[in-house]
Amino acid sequence: MSTLADASNRETSLYNFAYLDEQTKRMIRRAILKAIAIPGYQVPFGSREMPVPYGWGTGGIQVTAAVIGPDDVFKCIDQGADDTTNAVSIRRFFARVADVRTTEATDEATIIQSRHRIPERPLENGQIMVFQVPQPEPLRGLEPRETETRAMHAYEEYGLQYVSLYENVSAYGRIAATAGYPVMIDERYLMSPSPIPKFDNPKMDMSPALLLFGAGREKRIYAVPPYTRVRSLDFEDYPFETQTWEDACALCGAKDSYLDEVVLDDDDHRMFVCSDSSHCATRRDAGFTGPMSGHELARGEDGDTA
Amino acid sequence: MNREPENVPEPAPLLQVDGLTRMFGHVTGCRDVSFELHPGEILGVVGESGSGKTTLLRCLSGKLTPTAGAAVFDSRRHGPVNVFELSEQDRRRLQREEWGFVHQNPRDGLRMRVSGGANVAEPLMNLGDRHYGRMRQATVDWLSRVELDIGRVDDKPRNFSGGMQQRIQIARNLIHAPRLVFMDEPTGGLDVSVQARLLDLLRELVRDLDLSAIIVTHDMGVARLMADRLLVMKDGCVVETGLTDQVLDDAHHAYTQLLVSSVLQI
Amino acid sequence: MSNDATAPLIRVEGLAKRFTLHQHDAARINVFEGLDFEVRPGECVVLAGPSGVGKSTLMRCLYGNYLVDCGHVLVRHDGREVDLVSATPQQILGVRRRSLGYVSQFLRVIPRVPTLQLVMEPLLENGVAADEAECRARDMLGALNLPEEHWGLPPATFSGGEQQRVNIARSFVRRYPILLLDEPTASLDAGNREIVVRLIREALAEGAAMVGIFHDEDVRNAVATRTFEVAQYRAAA
Repeated sequence: MSTLADASNRETSLYNFAYLDEQTKRMIRRAILKAIAIPGYQVPFGSREMPVPYGWGTGGIQVTAAVIGPDDVFKCIDQGADDTTNAVSIRRFFARVADVRTTEATDEATIIQSRHRIPERPLENGQIMVFQVPQPEPLRGLEPRETETRAMHAYEEYGLQYVSLYENVSAYGRIAATAGYPVMIDERYLMSPSPIPKFDNPKMDMSPALLLFGAGREKRIYAVPPYTRVRSLDFEDYPFETQTWEDACALCGAKDSYLDEVVLDDDDHRMFVCSDSSHCATRRDAGFTGPMSGHELARGEDGDTA
Repeated sequence: MNREPENVPEPAPLLQVDGLTRMFGHVTGCRDVSFELHPGEILGVVGESGSGKTTLLRCLSGKLTPTAGAAVFDSRRHGPVNVFELSEQDRRRLQREEWGFVHQNPRDGLRMRVSGGANVAEPLMNLGDRHYGRMRQATVDWLSRVELDIGRVDDKPRNFSGGMQQRIQIARNLIHAPRLVFMDEPTGGLDVSVQARLLDLLRELVRDLDLSAIIVTHDMGVARLMADRLLVMKDGCVVETGLTDQVLDDAHHAYTQLLVSSVLQI
Repeated sequence: MSNDATAPLIRVEGLAKRFTLHQHDAARINVFEGLDFEVRPGECVVLAGPSGVGKSTLMRCLYGNYLVDCGHVLVRHDGREVDLVSATPQQILGVRRRSLGYVSQFLRVIPRVPTLQLVMEPLLENGVAADEAECRARDMLGALNLPEEHWGLPPATFSGGEQQRVNIARSFVRRYPILLLDEPTASLDAGNREIVVRLIREALAEGAAMVGIFHDEDVRNAVATRTFEVAQYRAAA
């Protein structure tokens, strides 16, 4: 085993800090700076081949690699959880190639890479959220031509986005879209917030943290600088609403967090638990309890400490 | 006997086209086309395939940049402007706010992935309407105006027949009260019976809304029914122009005579 | 201004018309040339001569439907003379809308439009309010004995005589200062011919000027104030 570890260390030392070469990181940083300068605007960048397939967060990883430094503390979540395969792999990746400290605690992290959630604990000034984005273009579903969607952004022609909301109301009597809910950034650029639940949309508005979005396959980076207005689209007579639940978290009793439904068996037993596993654990440690506090799911979450 | 108002002053042209030319390399699309279009007037552009009528329409509607020439449109927003000198942003806004374009193939003019109702409502959203209920009502009103079953407002266009799709396209191009509508063979792909009903409808709507329209067609019957005035095109040039009944009943140019005499009489 | 009331409403000067048939080796048909005449208020000039002499051609030239090769067709419109030969299409449409009516042998209208609407149209186009227009259109259709149950139907399926009466109603529902009548009574029975003759006489009494082609001798004699031989201007072939 020691030879394997040696080989692994030797291999790691052959990589530049944070995996990407400095030129690439500079290129990405320039894209990020431009994205910050034009909030919500999709900046094209030369997305690199990464050691994971497209769709596993290559955009997010490149953005993180471009901004991470030796003193950063890195957290990575996947659908709110710190302990899923993807989150664990990316966290280990940066621990290895950038030798940074990792954490599951939102308040300790300086960089939080996320697939499809924003932590429940309010973000703070100085923190960076990095979002993994599969499809950066909010208008793509309705307008397949890139030339046309670019013109629409350039000239602020966003009527088309309302067509999807209109379809929603016509079909369901309300705006039924739940994730990737389009937002206006500083009343100028229409932006897809990546497939986060619309529950998280209000967290972006005037957020003290810097929000960076990376789409690896689509080769786009965009950003929401701290303290920027983020408005979810809606109709005058069908205002924007976030999801609500009748239940509280079965484990920690939280009533104001985003809940996942967990099916327990074939007899229609189910429970609702916080999607943000770190948030839930923190609350439980502080003594909060829910109706199923003793459930095995509550114990099984201390495994990964990498 | 003089109860009726007289002496209505002649209005300024809505569109004034001057020397419009479009070359494709050394091939002529259309050459040196000039005409005026007045408010409330329907201009027919006739000629066989390849005569340049569609190129002319695409230039006029801002879809194609001409090689030379001007088209001055009396816009609500800017007053008279040369369409080709507008910035792309202003031109797109003009297209959105004051024009309509009815394509021959509804697939080119409709979003096939969204419902018929949303297709009709989209121009309102493009103009900034953000009130669902109001737009829904306007959509339903327009669908009934183009004689479509309003119970099918949420069906996708592909579930409608060709004639019905064309009605949706027409509603979509009129709901925002444009001043000028371009039509490229609007009934071209339809059965004759469907075509007749649609032409009646179009004509009624154009009259009721006091629209101006430029309608490209190779069908002399359509031209006779729809147009106040005709441009006859051949090889990219206008060879004859005049009141529709003048051109059709007393054609002067050899090509126009050929066109008119080629119409089958029933 | 004082003689405005008797000034000609239509004045034709030096009119020449020929057809060039490009489909037939550019064959030329000269119809007439140097044709002059005028029509004053209260006059009904009947064009006379055998078939093919150019009566209908002249009529169509007067309406601006045929383009003439030479000469002037001066029509009084809004208190001044407009030359239909040099007028813009917009002016011609204006003249036709307000000053120059035309009753043709055949009814050529938009399919599917109900009869009553068709008769109201000339009024609506001239700014008459819809309710007044409907009232006048109903009176007119009633006067022409068109069955009321037909008023809501498009005239496409009507008999020839009924279609012709719709045509006449459209031209007499408002007072055009000038009316061109191309065989307006051709398909009518005696009773309805009487009515049309009365309408024409009423209009003449009110100062309208008319040019007509009537093959029916009784009608011609009843309305003509004079006849005009087109043949005298026959062009040399």
